[in-house]
Amino acid sequence: MPYLGSEDAVRELRRALSNPNVQSDQLRYRNTVLKAIRAMSQGVDVSDLFSEMVKACATVDIVQKKLVYVFLCSYATLNPELSLLVINTLRKDCQDPNPMVRSLALRNMTNLRLPSLVEYVEQPLAAGLRDRAACVRRVAVLGWAKLHNLQPDAEIDAAVVNELYGLLRDPDPVVMVNCLRALEEILKKEGGVAINKPITHHLLNRLKESDVWGQCEVLRILQRYHPQSEDELFDILSLLDASLVSPHPPVMAATLGLFLGLCSGLPAVSLAALERVRGPLLAACGSTSRETRFTALCHIQLLLRSLPGLMGAHYKRFFCGYAEPAYIKQRKMQVLVELVNDENVAMLLDELKGYCTDVNPETAQAAISAIGRIGRSYSDRCLEILTGLLGLKQEHITSAVVQTMCDLVWVCPQCSDTVCSALEGCEEMLQDSQGRQALLWLLAAYGERVSSAPYTLEGFIDRVRSEASLGVKMELLTTTMRLFLCRPSETQDMLGRLLHYCIEEEMDMCVRDQALLYYRLLHCGIEETHKVLHGQRSDPSLGVLIGRPAEPINQWAYSFNTLEPLRQAGVETEPASRGSPEHVTFDPKPNTDLSDTLNCSQIEKVNLGSDGASGFTCSSAKVLAPLSLSLSPALSPEEFEHLWMQRHAEQGAEKLEEEEEDYVCLEERIQFPAIPPCSPQSLQAAMQLVNIQTLAFTPPHTLPWRVYLYTHTHHAHYGSTLVIGELLYIGEASRRVAAVKKGMEDGDVVEGEQEAGLSGRALVRKDGREEEVEVTLKQQPRDDNALKGFLSILTTVLHTLSSESS
Amino acid sequence: MISQVFILSSQGDHLIYKDFRGEAGSDVVSVFYEKVTALTGDQPPVVMSHGDLHFVHVRQGGLYWVATTTSPGSSPFTIIEFLNRFSALVKDYCGSLSEKSVQMNFALIYELLDEVVDYGYIQTTSSDVLKNFIQTEAVSSKPFSLFDLSNVGFFGAETQQSKVAPSSAASRPIQSSRESEIFLDVIERMSVVIGSKGVVLKADVEGEVRVKCFMPSCSEMRIGLNEEFSIGKSQLRGYGAAVRVDECRFHQNVHLDEFHSNRVLRLCPSQGEQTVMQYQLSDDLPSAPPFRLFPTIERDSGGRLLMYLKLRCDLPSKRFVVISALSQELSSPDQSAELKLQNRAIDWKIPRFIGGTQLSALFKLEVSGLSPSSLMEVGPVVLVFELPQLTVSGLQIRFLRLSPVQPAPSQRWIRYVTHSDSYILRL
Repeated sequence: MPYLGSEDAVRELRRALSNPNVQSDQLRYRNTVLKAIRAMSQGVDVSDLFSEMVKACATVDIVQKKLVYVFLCSYATLNPELSLLVINTLRKDCQDPNPMVRSLALRNMTNLRLPSLVEYVEQPLAAGLRDRAACVRRVAVLGWAKLHNLQPDAEIDAAVVNELYGLLRDPDPVVMVNCLRALEEILKKEGGVAINKPITHHLLNRLKESDVWGQCEVLRILQRYHPQSEDELFDILSLLDASLVSPHPPVMAATLGLFLGLCSGLPAVSLAALERVRGPLLAACGSTSRETRFTALCHIQLLLRSLPGLMGAHYKRFFCGYAEPAYIKQRKMQVLVELVNDENVAMLLDELKGYCTDVNPETAQAAISAIGRIGRSYSDRCLEILTGLLGLKQEHITSAVVQTMCDLVWVCPQCSDTVCSALEGCEEMLQDSQGRQALLWLLAAYGERVSSAPYTLEGFIDRVRSEASLGVKMELLTTTMRLFLCRPSETQDMLGRLLHYCIEEEMDMCVRDQALLYYRLLHCGIEETHKVLHGQRSDPSLGVLIGRPAEPINQWAYSFNTLEPLRQAGVETEPASRGSPEHVTFDPKPNTDLSDTLNCSQIEKVNLGSDGASGFTCSSAKVLAPLSLSLSPALSPEEFEHLWMQRHAEQGAEKLEEEEEDYVCLEERIQFPAIPPCSPQSLQAAMQLVNIQTLAFTPPHTLPWRVYLYTHTHHAHYGSTLVIGELLYIGEASRRVAAVKKGMEDGDVVEGEQEAGLSGRALVRKDGREEEVEVTLKQQPRDDNALKGFLSILTTVLHTLSSESS
Repeated sequence: MISQVFILSSQGDHLIYKDFRGEAGSDVVSVFYEKVTALTGDQPPVVMSHGDLHFVHVRQGGLYWVATTTSPGSSPFTIIEFLNRFSALVKDYCGSLSEKSVQMNFALIYELLDEVVDYGYIQTTSSDVLKNFIQTEAVSSKPFSLFDLSNVGFFGAETQQSKVAPSSAASRPIQSSRESEIFLDVIERMSVVIGSKGVVLKADVEGEVRVKCFMPSCSEMRIGLNEEFSIGKSQLRGYGAAVRVDECRFHQNVHLDEFHSNRVLRLCPSQGEQTVMQYQLSDDLPSAPPFRLFPTIERDSGGRLLMYLKLRCDLPSKRFVVISALSQELSSPDQSAELKLQNRAIDWKIPRFIGGTQLSALFKLEVSGLSPSSLMEVGPVVLVFELPQLTVSGLQIRFLRLSPVQPAPSQRWIRYVTHSDSYILRL
């Protein structure tokens, strides 16, 4: 209301509405009502006009009626008494010969949302169910749902429910679908509408009569149906096949959702269905509506988790358009990273490189980190691009590049030379705290190779007073300490200054405590300090596992076609977190701040503990949550040999005892086609990632090929066990042998005491299968669960390795 | 299941608000606007949450079309498609989509919304059904203009111009039409990436055939496509003239019985606009991309960046209107160029670009601290254009027939246009 205050406006309107001259002129009356509604939708409180509006309701002009109903439904809850007056008019309208008037009256009668009116509404609603006009039946059916929700505790009228079930056979498809919706709400406590075989078949047969919206509703409700036989299941699937490739994305998505639900036990069929929707999904990705595009992209990301190769050939469809909004570009880049392979990598990197200079800094940063992700598999090409970007001397680009390099080096240490030489001169360009933290971390890890490192640090230390970011200060402390260890003469002075400042002047407790800790640590001697601070600076094994194994569809099927995939900030399932040196955390969301806090707590923990490596635990979260493997206490090669030979000797003699005591034998062949090309380094790296130590192996390409390994399993309830094992690859041309053997030992007890023994050695030969490794495992004490868990971890590692190299 | 639907202007004014289920108050409208304006550029805005309530919105015609729902299991495809369809209905009924037209026709929109959604469940969005229920007449927001009369010649005689449909002809309310007109549009969107050496890295065409029908009741309509039209790679025929697309999808009301033999689509269009057919074509375009660029970028002795751009239009020599937003300058009076610091781009506008010719431009840029690597930073050239009367895929409409023949004279317009979705030329 631009000119009048709202009170004036309402008064003005009331005067006009009660003016008999206006009332007698249909057009003027309608226009006045229109004005009132306009004021209402602009947010003016016009509830005072209620009684005038009730009068205006009694008119033959349908347009005016509709307008008044809009008003009445908005304000009825404020004026329950006056609303009673409307009921009369409405009930009269329900008898009107015009079906449109009848449906209008019925709909608004139920929209008033007044529990006190229920008794007046029930009778017209019951009559509405039997009305000869479909549009009245549609409204009446949903009316019962509204009525039920007004009084959720009231008894459910069995007669109405029966009538609604009967109306599922109504000739009008919308009435049928509305019946489903209404029954679903009324019978919510009983789990919704009953979906049995006849109803399912009836609904499926009539699916084609409904429009898009009806089909979606029916398909959604049918997800609850469990076919009684496989034949029936496949009948349903073939009936729905056409909907799977529907040009309407809602129908396609609802059908795929139903497919995934029905075929949860048949992964092959589900995968075939995913292949089938590729076309429609890609089309939705090119839709003119950017929201549809975005939705389709989010769902493609879900599908790629189970079928990484699904979109491989169509990677160009995910190139970003010039005018697309940043959030779509980011999703597209996330998809592109997943699609990279040997053929398209050059093309993809070229495209991504173009995005790095995007005007939008967020897009540029996303592109740079996407290149970093690809760099784990194609490090040379990517590093070339990244170092080239540093030449642009742009703040946000430099910061993103340094952060990306930091993550990359953590995974691929072979890149460190290039990164070290690229770091020179970066610090002037870095303004944000994340970029500077990343630079400091790199200096800490590779300080001895960056000649200017002390000068850079000196600059940081000189400015520490004005430093605002807590993370940078913490990182600076650690970096200076670590640099001091490798370049003491250059760093001693500045370390003293920094510690002095942090202990004496720093206001932040966290920084001060950390400084004090380091200070005391230095008192313990340089050896001790070195032991604590010098940790891993990279986790090369992470790189081996980049190619995530395909997840089963059930992992995400529940969230398919819901709002869930659109809401998450981005699917970052990769475990790369440049964390503290001694600690591999499997953090689902890499977060620089988080890793810093871990950093500091970790160091304290290590300091308290007597053994430097005791914090080294790692859980292979995907496989077995409660099982964790660790390398401590370390086993020397001699001890290993002793154990191994001992078990071998005992094998024959004490087999029976073992059976009852603490030994289990599990035979397993692991398919591992990659043995000949697999380098010991990558195998060792992969094993180390999951905390399995390889002790010895034969050089590659010698036969038979052997690897010896050990680990400790820790379980929350069953204590810890020691597992030692051998991988054997005989390599005969026509046959390979695989077996799994496990013996269990108690890790904490001296090995000779307990009789746990050596597992029986089972060889399984199969002529057809060539790519198998024979695995012999010994565990002490016996723990089947841990053994199975360990075996599955081992299998995963080997599979991942073979998929990498193939 | 939709809880509320509301429409906001880009400034956050409440235009339409309707609550279907009474699950949340109307204050969430302001909550939504605060949330959507507080997002940074890279955060996906499509779905947002506020407590138990989820906002799903689309942007059409500069307005926010928002639906709220309380169940996180709702299908995003359905809600987004519904909002798009609803905005298309509003466009059909009001003529155009803008803040003004929505404001003027709010009564009509409430009426529509009332029929389309009941208790949060979508009832129908078919204009055939809706036309029986909608009583309010649309108010056209277009002011009276003398230009509208320019089609009428002296003494009411038909001028040559009236043979061409005015570009705004299709944007008027569907109810108000006195004449029975049908517009058939073939619209193609190109997304092309051309590498720095002139290699075509990517060339995609997304096309659609749209029918906008003003006739209240239309009998059967037959649309004839090129006879050599083929779908998929396997059906390539021997002669070069074949029109090929990779994939093709049809509206569910289209009867395809004559399609396989004669390439004829049969349908009974409902009033309003609908997409009859969508198709796409990747990589293998029948003709070379319409524009090529020959750039030279160097530093001159004075530390300036010199960009010499030569743009060639390889279309047959007819006249085409081209509006180019290039990153570039001017040498002729009918072109203009502007440096946009905010986007760090040069906007080179070419109002008219004749096929078979080429244009060149030289830009001198003063860049502080120009280094050799600055050349790397010069971004790609992006062309934004519209090519009327042309389809890149070569799809043509042979005929458009109504059967049985309408008693009243009906006007049928067929229009072709190709837009640039994203036409990128790398430097």
